[in-house]
Amino acid sequence: MSESFERYRSNFLREVEEKVEEGEWVKMCMQCGVCAGSCPFGPHWEHSPQKIFMMIRAGKREEVLSSDSMWMCTSCYNCIVRCPRKLPITHIMHGLANYSHRLGMAPKGQPTRQFAKLFWDNLVKKGRVNELKLTMKHYFRNGFSAGIREAMAMKEIGQGMMKAGRINPMEFFGGHAVKDLSGFHAMLAKAREIEDRKKGFSD
Amino acid sequence: MEKDIATNQTILVIGGGIAGISAALEAAECGRQVILAERNALLGGRTLQLYRYFPKMCHPTCGLEINLRRIKANRNLRVLTMTEVVGVSGRRGSYRVKMKIHPRHVNEKCTACGDCASAVSSEIPNRLDYGLGKTRAAYLPHAMAYPMRYVIDPSIVGTEEGKRARQACRVGAVDLEMKEETIEIEAGSVIWATGWKPYDASKIQPYGYGRFPNVITSVEFERLADPGGPSGGRLLRPSDGKEAKNVAFIQCAGSRDENHLRHCSRICCMASLKQTRYVSEASDAKSTVYYIDIRAIDRFEDFYRKVQEDPSVSFVKSKVASISLDEASGDLFLNGVDTEGYHRYANRHDLVVLAIGMEPESLGMALPEDVVTDSSGFIEGGFGAGAASSPLDVNRSVQSATSAALFAISDIHRISATEEAS
Repeated sequence: MSESFERYRSNFLREVEEKVEEGEWVKMCMQCGVCAGSCPFGPHWEHSPQKIFMMIRAGKREEVLSSDSMWMCTSCYNCIVRCPRKLPITHIMHGLANYSHRLGMAPKGQPTRQFAKLFWDNLVKKGRVNELKLTMKHYFRNGFSAGIREAMAMKEIGQGMMKAGRINPMEFFGGHAVKDLSGFHAMLAKAREIEDRKKGFSD
Repeated sequence: MEKDIATNQTILVIGGGIAGISAALEAAECGRQVILAERNALLGGRTLQLYRYFPKMCHPTCGLEINLRRIKANRNLRVLTMTEVVGVSGRRGSYRVKMKIHPRHVNEKCTACGDCASAVSSEIPNRLDYGLGKTRAAYLPHAMAYPMRYVIDPSIVGTEEGKRARQACRVGAVDLEMKEETIEIEAGSVIWATGWKPYDASKIQPYGYGRFPNVITSVEFERLADPGGPSGGRLLRPSDGKEAKNVAFIQCAGSRDENHLRHCSRICCMASLKQTRYVSEASDAKSTVYYIDIRAIDRFEDFYRKVQEDPSVSFVKSKVASISLDEASGDLFLNGVDTEGYHRYANRHDLVVLAIGMEPESLGMALPEDVVTDSSGFIEGGFGAGAASSPLDVNRSVQSATSAALFAISDIHRISATEEAS
């Protein structure tokens, strides 16, 4: 008896409600399918938001958290605009992506995730995005020769950006930072502490 | 001691649709004095604009005939048509009601012979057909109109055509000098039978109503199916007049949607199921119903089962995400994902019917302080009759009207009893 009972306990839904940003909205989904049909990336990912929400309610923890669908979201907000129940679908998808990343269950080598991580690490260092280093890190992610090839292919755009003042080559040496860098770091650490306490992470 | 006392025993019913007629008759047949005010030139409201209604697939003229006989037989009921209520002030027991009577330009001598219509050639959009068809500018609003009197459209008053209509009338019924009148009456109780209106479908942007000619609403489809309608009862699509062979019905068009109407309009599922019958009875055409879930309320589940057995009708469990147009053929592609299996589809149809949601007609009207509405604008608390109080079908509108009539009667009694006691 207890086994079949366990199957129908919505433990994972509860976990999502507690630990995923905007996760408490998931139960409001009525499975109409408008988000799935409105998504411009729709045919190209495995699980549409509609399907993800149903999987959460069905307790498919592994499949949901290791899915790459959340990482495919381009934040076009078409689903939010059309959802008849006004679920913040885009935000839930980002919340799920973040949660699976923290758990270490996100798919390895997923390009959006890789870039998001590069961007975050870059930003955190100085409190400002170092465009030059971000671009270089991104180009050279697959080794030196691949990086040169990619950089050469994008040469003209890069030069144009330098002319327009969008990229400064001097950023290579350190780069600019926010005024109170240690205060910025303390703020991030505090935010992280609050988030960890809320979501039950101990590290 | 200050108390609400009924200074007047008259019951005013606002709106002459099926609910208003029923409420007015119930109260009048109980011996109360009743005034029934209707904005249009005839009684019957939106029920009369239906081809047939569920579940017995009867024609609205049948029920109307019975009600018209009751109206004609009752001396307590006064019917005012082309009368718009513009202001209700006061409170329960003593209301002052301001009404505007629009000129019909035809007086009570009219014998409905139709000579004025024959004398006139200019045409106006037919209101009964939601503007799909046209009618002469001198017209009888419906074959079973009550009152059975022609109407001269204001657009031809003061023109040569207007004069021709007057000359054609052998009984002197055409009165081009008729002016708009404003009257004020007192009433002890007011029943709001103001009814509903279809939600503005062009606001549902992804469905392309107003941009794609072959996307129509369910109320317009009723007119297409009606032999008295603009296409003589043939299901001809608006873009090229071809017979529709592959009709899609989209449920919850505007309803159950926080971006549009937050309530379930309740009748649309049954209306679409009924309309699939029009399709299968007319020809070998197919129907497809796109739905979130079918809400065949109450005992109507039987009707749903019968439609499910019909091989020409299929069901897709999905709210359609968007519609795109095939310019060459005028056909439409319905895009979405099916909830039963999550299959992506782009289905071609030659006519799309939006099962449009119901909105209270009283939205935007100035209601007196003691009339309370819910979050969708429907009138709560007894004095709303029919679709003014909630999205209701014909059957339930009549029930709700009877209840409103009882409320009104007991109200004028209770309040006048208080007066005697004090």
